[in-house]
Amino acid sequence: MSHLHDEKVKELEQKAHEIRTSIIESLIEAKSGHTAGPLGMTDIFTLLYFHILRHDPKNPHWEDRDRVILSNGHICPVLYATMAHSGYFPVEELKTLRKFGSKLQGHPHREFLPALETSSGPLGSGLSQAIGMALAERMERGKHSGKYFYCLMSDGEHDEGQVWEAVLQAGKEKLHNLIAIMDRNNIQIDGFTEDVMPLEPLKEKYEVFNWHVIEADGHNFEAMAEAISQAQAVFDKPSMIIAYTIPGRGIPWMERRPEWHGNPPGKGPEDVYKKDEQAKEALKTLRSLEGKIKSEHD
Amino acid sequence: MINKSQNLNPDLFNKDVEQKATREGFGSGLVLAGKADRNVVALCCDLTDSTKMNAFEKEFPNRFIQNGIQEQSMNSVASGMAAMGKIPFTSSYAMFSPGRAWEQIRTTIAYNDTNVKIVGSHAGISVGPDGGTHQALEDIAIMRCIPNMRIVYPCDVLEAERATQEIAKLKGPVYLRLAREKTPIITTDKTQFKFGKGEVYFESEGKDIKIGIIASGPLLYNALMAAKKLDEDGVGVKVMNLATIKPLPEDDILKFAKGLKGVVSVEEHQVMGGVGSALAELFAQKNPLPMKFIGVHDQFGQSGEPNELIEHYGMGITHIEEAARKLL
Repeated sequence: MSHLHDEKVKELEQKAHEIRTSIIESLIEAKSGHTAGPLGMTDIFTLLYFHILRHDPKNPHWEDRDRVILSNGHICPVLYATMAHSGYFPVEELKTLRKFGSKLQGHPHREFLPALETSSGPLGSGLSQAIGMALAERMERGKHSGKYFYCLMSDGEHDEGQVWEAVLQAGKEKLHNLIAIMDRNNIQIDGFTEDVMPLEPLKEKYEVFNWHVIEADGHNFEAMAEAISQAQAVFDKPSMIIAYTIPGRGIPWMERRPEWHGNPPGKGPEDVYKKDEQAKEALKTLRSLEGKIKSEHD
Repeated sequence: MINKSQNLNPDLFNKDVEQKATREGFGSGLVLAGKADRNVVALCCDLTDSTKMNAFEKEFPNRFIQNGIQEQSMNSVASGMAAMGKIPFTSSYAMFSPGRAWEQIRTTIAYNDTNVKIVGSHAGISVGPDGGTHQALEDIAIMRCIPNMRIVYPCDVLEAERATQEIAKLKGPVYLRLAREKTPIITTDKTQFKFGKGEVYFESEGKDIKIGIIASGPLLYNALMAAKKLDEDGVGVKVMNLATIKPLPEDDILKFAKGLKGVVSVEEHQVMGGVGSALAELFAQKNPLPMKFIGVHDQFGQSGEPNELIEHYGMGITHIEEAARKLL
């Protein structure tokens, strides 16, 4: 894993751009859904699906695949778009997001999209499920199966008591093949996380619960790849990668604003663009930034 | 008369009928299920002795997860294990699991249709001295309305042992309801348990049968005692053991109810949303008939001895008998 060549970084940047565009297009069609979180997590999803994961989109139930457990299901537009661009299903299907009968339910439902590892939406239960999977793997194949369980979580969902139940248990069980990635974007629906329910110091909290903690820039492919590589090398603890991200990343007038957490283009705050201009302007902003969003290492 | 084809306990109506708790049957049944399938695993929330999961823990220490007092997380952990091919049984007191873990059970287990068996022990008012906080009287209602969920409520220790082994073989979520107290052994080793069936355990002979009693769980014993009394008094009556509450064995129940003047439902649970409600939903649509509901009527319990509480809240033998007579 470790070092990413410049060529690979460029390829990932291009992929991330395509995925951001698909996210915005699907949200415009859906007329509802979450915008900031998916854009903020696009670089991490791109890195996972196009560089890190052992998976086979044509054979989604391949037994030896790594598992991705999305705990904060509301950012599913980025999961769906990344899966489509990886080849799990046609990219055109992204336009059915949140529509009747669609595989792409408003929050992920495995019955509709069987390639998902789980359904999610109600916050706080993904980490427990990832623990269950990692425990089952250890029971079945011993400590060194080589399979990794990536649990993607939000910062806001750390308000939930169940998260801390799971954090306790993963530390107890020393689940080294469990790698959690927290989208530390500092926003939740009602405002900034530190105003709604302060979470800091997160690094220290995880450490005293016997986790290995790594902090990284969630938009820097090289730094994130290095963090994941480091987490994979830890053999006596679960790992938490606190990924610092910018909500709304890629569309500057949406970035860092809680008002864009739960609204699609067309329903957001009107201080920069009126509602009826937001869809067009969001796509225009992405197009004009094409090739300009650089991974932050260069 | 006792239905001979069911091979019930010949000492059933003796004063000193042997008693054992249904949770004991779960404990031994889980070990048998574990021997039959290596994928069976067990999770518990700091109540391993109480729920009788200790026998499994002893036999298969590497297939047992001590989850601490985390009923919500435990059920989601079990969902994850099931996603990897395991057959997890989670256990705690019914008040806490399913009680506290309802949304986790709905979303991570039932919505995913994962192969998790949720075992709620110490259900009902007969938990006794621990008081109302620990007396789960709503668990059937909250599990019954979740799609994909199935519910089994054994009448005695032997049926609990058989049911545990059977639900391990069923694919998908199941809620198994157990009791703390020793209760009369109604069945024998020769009695069969068939998931999804309602079995007739008592039927008057030589009389026009007018009343049906449908009971779930250990209160089936009170239902049988009431039926015996009614029969001796010349009232034709029959009794069904409804061990599977969901899916409701509709055909068995409709066949049972055919020609009856009325049916009494018996459960150690709130009448609202429980077994009686399930039966009323069926009868209202397919065979309207008068009913009486034995159970707890929109009240919390309190401390007391099990039998004292059963009597106080109207679930004793005489209550069932009176309810049946009112339907005549």
